[in-house]
Amino acid sequence: MRENLFSSIPYTILTLLVLYVLWTIVPPILNFAFFDAVWSGSDRNACANAEQGGLQPQGWFGGCWAYVGAYFNQFIYGRFPVDEQWRVNIVGILFFGSLIPLLIPKAPFKRENIAFLLGIFPIAALILLTGGHFRFEGFLPGTGFIFAPGASKFWADYIIASLIILALVAMIARGSDRDPGPGMRSTAIVLGVIAVALFVLTIDFGLNHITTDRWGGLLVTMVIAVTGITASLPLGIALALGRRSSMPIVKLFSVIFIEFWRGVPLITVLFMSSVMLPLFLPEGVTFDKLLRALIGVALFSAAYMAEVVRGGLQALPKGQYEAASALGLNWGQSMRMIILPQALKMVIPGIVNTFIGLFKDTTLVLIIGLFDFLGQIQSSFTDPTWATPVTSLSGYFFAAAVYFVFCYAMSRYSMFMERRLDTGHKR
Amino acid sequence: MAMNEALHADEPPKVALLNNPAVRNALFQVLLVLVIVFLVYSALSNMYANLAAAGIASGFGFLNNPSGFAVNQALIEYNQAESTYGRVYLVGLLNTLLVAFFGIILATILGFVIGIARLSKNWMISRLATVYVETLRNIPLLLQIFIWYFGVLRLLPQPREGFDFGPLGLLNNRGYFAPKPVWGDGAQFIFWAFIVGVIAAIAVSRWARKRQMETGQIFPAFWTGLGLVFGLPVLVFLALGAPLTWDMPVAGGFRPRGGMTIIPEFIALLVALSTYTAAFIAEIVRAGILAVNKGQTEAAAALGLRNNFILRLVVVPQAMRIIIPPLTSQFLNITKNSSLAVAIAYPELTSVFAGTTLNQTGQAVEIGSIPMLSYLPISLITSAVMNWDNKRMALGERENDREDPSRRAERLADPEDQPER
Repeated sequence: MRENLFSSIPYTILTLLVLYVLWTIVPPILNFAFFDAVWSGSDRNACANAEQGGLQPQGWFGGCWAYVGAYFNQFIYGRFPVDEQWRVNIVGILFFGSLIPLLIPKAPFKRENIAFLLGIFPIAALILLTGGHFRFEGFLPGTGFIFAPGASKFWADYIIASLIILALVAMIARGSDRDPGPGMRSTAIVLGVIAVALFVLTIDFGLNHITTDRWGGLLVTMVIAVTGITASLPLGIALALGRRSSMPIVKLFSVIFIEFWRGVPLITVLFMSSVMLPLFLPEGVTFDKLLRALIGVALFSAAYMAEVVRGGLQALPKGQYEAASALGLNWGQSMRMIILPQALKMVIPGIVNTFIGLFKDTTLVLIIGLFDFLGQIQSSFTDPTWATPVTSLSGYFFAAAVYFVFCYAMSRYSMFMERRLDTGHKR
Repeated sequence: MAMNEALHADEPPKVALLNNPAVRNALFQVLLVLVIVFLVYSALSNMYANLAAAGIASGFGFLNNPSGFAVNQALIEYNQAESTYGRVYLVGLLNTLLVAFFGIILATILGFVIGIARLSKNWMISRLATVYVETLRNIPLLLQIFIWYFGVLRLLPQPREGFDFGPLGLLNNRGYFAPKPVWGDGAQFIFWAFIVGVIAAIAVSRWARKRQMETGQIFPAFWTGLGLVFGLPVLVFLALGAPLTWDMPVAGGFRPRGGMTIIPEFIALLVALSTYTAAFIAEIVRAGILAVNKGQTEAAAALGLRNNFILRLVVVPQAMRIIIPPLTSQFLNITKNSSLAVAIAYPELTSVFAGTTLNQTGQAVEIGSIPMLSYLPISLITSAVMNWDNKRMALGERENDREDPSRRAERLADPEDQPER
């Protein structure tokens, strides 16, 4: 203690200086957050001082947690109808309930868990959040003579498209001197699973339809973050592999794509996806505002993810690639079984950092008029019922605390995994 | 089969068409090009159809139309009634560069201080620095900008009751009102003296290095350079009879008069950007210093170097090599993140151009792409400059290590081309 803090005169001065800084910073924050804070009340009078027409004494300055409490429901669900909020709760329970066992290394059933999280959960969440009962109209041009646009045309189109895909798979197998059987079988299974998923989406479960403009608060933040993370990882890996590819055109497109998205700010990307994207679509096709933001966020973070993954691919010794070829593995096999597991493991901190960045960047969607967690808080300041000088600071304090908990937890978890996965290859 | 192959060992083996890597690669790339061309073509044709249907003009002619809206901070002359959208673009671009420039300087200084503080042996200091880093980088930047702007600067007192720092200016909810320097006659000579000082300092440092290489004598080039860069302008300033007066802001009712106004949006953005980025820079600096092998410090000490020489001549140059590449990307992040100003209406590129101008003209494609294409060259040029500097500072590698293995094999096989021994 003495050696650390008071070993020499400069150190003593520095220590005293730090103590002074702490003394000026910490007590006011604690006073604001706890000792002077208002915990209950029904309107602005509880959090305004006498001069502003409230109950608090002159010169009072503290957090207005009564306001946060009154708005808590809106901060979490946005304008999601109160009677239907159980649907959001179920989605939340399903998500965290399957994510947490996945994150604990010792918990069993990892494979089943992943299958649930990537297969069943997205469909369940989509149905619960929107209400399901989707109507598909068909997608192939020139099949209108069979059925009028509607469910029958959609399924006819789906069968035709499936047959085309199966034929292509068979052709590729023939062209490379292989038995087309296994390839066609697995393709048929995948197409069948997709058909089942699409069919489930069209079922009417009797849930009310809730449009995304009623979603808000933490719900929107989580939807954007989780979808962005799930979409950006595979896309980023594909781009990283493309950038390291020996095929010049693939490499060129990957480099252009990555450098373009990394060279522009996310805000301009969101502006583009919200005002330019609708122009690029054929007439009559409209995208939901939330979906447009999702596309922008996913493409943007995929570029960053690609650079992180590329770092891992480059750090892998060349011998690993050569050994994989020497074993007779083809490119896909060697990537899947040898290269990517090692490369991805090496860059786990970078991947999690990208996730944290993406989570923080979700706040930007409020600029294009979506109400995420921060946007919902920001918009609540206009409510005259709670308008006091401390309202905005209380709201920001709460928001900062929530974001901090999420981001800090992610970074701690990545450090834990890094230590756990460290097999001693590091110099 | 095996015998067959053995018989025709000199012929390439017959493989199915798609198993030939060249064919497969070519086919794949042709397909990729076709898909991308199709996507771009359909996007463009849809765009023209949609624009025609909505009756929106296209092209960049709108840049010459008068803008008709006010901008509350312009580094160049800007007039609401006459200035064009092209002028608005320039104003926004300059404001972006302004906040990025000061943000980079502040963030670097703060980041280095905190990064070094994190490594301090003083427990209190390293803890405080850790808390700073962990707090600042785990809270979204946009929220921090909001906190500084709506939570701090907008809550400052009215101009009438604002803070008065005497000769340092005034601070209130309309911004910071600093004394404005008013240069008298001949002030341009001071600027030229500064330029001459910089050139002389570079020359002195080159000469000093050359002399040290030849004779081993050390010349205090750093202090001489500092004296030249700052001393020359000061001398000229004094010789000219100090042609400088300060226009002091005077507290008034609605807003202070005179002086130089620094709008609260700029302060909020600058403070938020530099404190946020400093947290990341601190981590980079810390990692860079930690990466320098302890043996280097010990070897330098064994050579009899004093402590500050060890730091300056051995540790810092090696740490800088690790620090610079990620530092560059932080500088770019500051530039790109300055676009978050759109949320507090600081008039930078994205906010005045992609915001107000877009609302007025509705030309989404042009106005969406101009800011994007403006950030791109800033990013690319900065990375190019930093890569050049990085290459200069990088470890020199032996030639042979970089040589292509096949070339090396050819060279070794050629008896004429053996390296001299």
